[in-house]
Amino acid sequence: MEFILSLLSGFFLLFGSFLCLSGGVGILRFPDFYTRMHAVGVTDTLAAAMILIGLMLQNPDTLVIIKLMFILLMTLFISPAASHALGQAAVLNNLPPLVDLNIKDLDNSTASGDKPSKS
Amino acid sequence: MTMILGLYNYWIVIVLMMIGFYIIISHGHLIKKIIGLNIFQTSVFIFYISVGKVEGATAPIWQEGILLYSNPLPHVLILTAIVVGIATTALGLALIVRIKEAYGSVDEDEIQSMDNQDVISQEKEHQQC
Amino acid sequence: MVGIALAVNQIKDMFAVVMLAGIYGLVSASFFVAMDAVDVAFTEASVGAGISTLLMLTTVAMTGRTEHEASHKPLLALLVVTITGGLLIYGTFDMPYFGSADAPVHNHVAPRYIFDSMKEIGVPNMVTSVLASYRGFDTFGEVTVIFTAGIGVLALLSVVRRPKTDAAVEAINDSMHEKHLILRVVIKTMIPFILLYAFYVQFHGDYGPGGGFQAGVIFAAAIIMYALLFGLSAARRVITQPVVQLLSAIGVLLYGSVGFVSMLNGGSFLDYSVLSADPIAGQHLGILLIELGVGLTVASVMIIIFFSFSARSEYQQANKGESL
Repeated sequence: MEFILSLLSGFFLLFGSFLCLSGGVGILRFPDFYTRMHAVGVTDTLAAAMILIGLMLQNPDTLVIIKLMFILLMTLFISPAASHALGQAAVLNNLPPLVDLNIKDLDNSTASGDKPSKS
Repeated sequence: MTMILGLYNYWIVIVLMMIGFYIIISHGHLIKKIIGLNIFQTSVFIFYISVGKVEGATAPIWQEGILLYSNPLPHVLILTAIVVGIATTALGLALIVRIKEAYGSVDEDEIQSMDNQDVISQEKEHQQC
Repeated sequence: MVGIALAVNQIKDMFAVVMLAGIYGLVSASFFVAMDAVDVAFTEASVGAGISTLLMLTTVAMTGRTEHEASHKPLLALLVVTITGGLLIYGTFDMPYFGSADAPVHNHVAPRYIFDSMKEIGVPNMVTSVLASYRGFDTFGEVTVIFTAGIGVLALLSVVRRPKTDAAVEAINDSMHEKHLILRVVIKTMIPFILLYAFYVQFHGDYGPGGGFQAGVIFAAAIIMYALLFGLSAARRVITQPVVQLLSAIGVLLYGSVGFVSMLNGGSFLDYSVLSADPIAGQHLGILLIELGVGLTVASVMIIIFFSFSARSEYQQANKGESL
């Protein structure tokens, strides 16, 4: 039982580190601000979650697990909000994305996209 | 070889300290000087904390059965130093904001030339009187 | 960290430089964790990577984003730096090796602090016992320094607020509610937890890493986050300027009064053993009260500093708008 727990926790920790690294590679290799932010936002949150779960399995002491659970909850709330803040700051300052989309169209497109039943 | 392994933390601290020092004396932008001062301060903190570390010891919080602790005294000194550092940084940044309002620039050379021009024009006025 | 410092030297874009300074603070905090200095790492992470980056960003927003080219060659500076560095490296050859247990720093006062702290003060966190009790007078000086910095920033950056500009700014803030809806909702749910965490760190500082400074900074960070998202005038309605100024002074006064009451009870200044019948209970009471004072002052001074910077920035923008 202990062996399975430590194996599982090692797997989670390694997976989390791999996700972090791949997010870093994404920052360097993606061509545009918005794509880079998407890479980092998704992988960073999941990597933090994986690492925290791995740590939880390492030490099955109740108080430690509860504290780590709180940190996990906070990270799941805060990290996507931070990525959203970055993206919104870029849009509000008219940073043009790589695909040639007129930014002013974004307000219209959300309104028309709500009704998929219309052709 | 053991000397390098034993002293490398001091050398890294010295390298960081010198980079911070160089940033302070060679750049003209006032905010960059303050950031260089920050780097310098942090390198001093690293020096003290690395001096306080004992091989194989744990954090200085009392637990049953653990006999070897890292030295808490440098931790206390550096705690005070960090907070005093942020206080001086805040005050320095407030001064920079006022300097920008008064002179219109935060570059040290431009401020110095504006001051020199003020002194020269004041001397001309005194000569005319 | 050497790489980050070199990058700070080279890069001309001030925004990137400030971000790098924040990263430098965070990396040094993780270094402190590796050196078993958990209290210091906590403080450096909250102060160096949080408040410091925030204040520098506010200043860069007010002063401009790029740095001008240096007009003189840096050869003299490089020479001075190299000579000083060489002398310092020459000086390290006599120092004790990294991590050795018989270095002079571990042999004089430290063993007494480590082994007698539990007996004399009864607080597991040795850093808190040294900071608050054995070296309490230094901490008093530190609190006074923070208070002085707050007063200094107030003296430099305070702005007389007129109700007409207040109403105009509030109108702008309300109209932006739609744009920032997601962030406002998420942050509104987060703020109570952050405040609760600040109180937890404040009172748990005896048993784990924590204490007055870290708690004060985290509390101020929650309020600053509210001010960033909802506008300065909304935040000022919650935390009014006279109240926060009074609180910062009360923190320092609390600290001094604990020392004074110890003198009235027969001991020396800041000797907590005479505060209660049992000396260990007296120590606990004394540490609790002074940490409370420290937390109060640090939180209010950080809030004062941020509000002053923010108000000055709004004042500058309003003046720029009027003069155009």
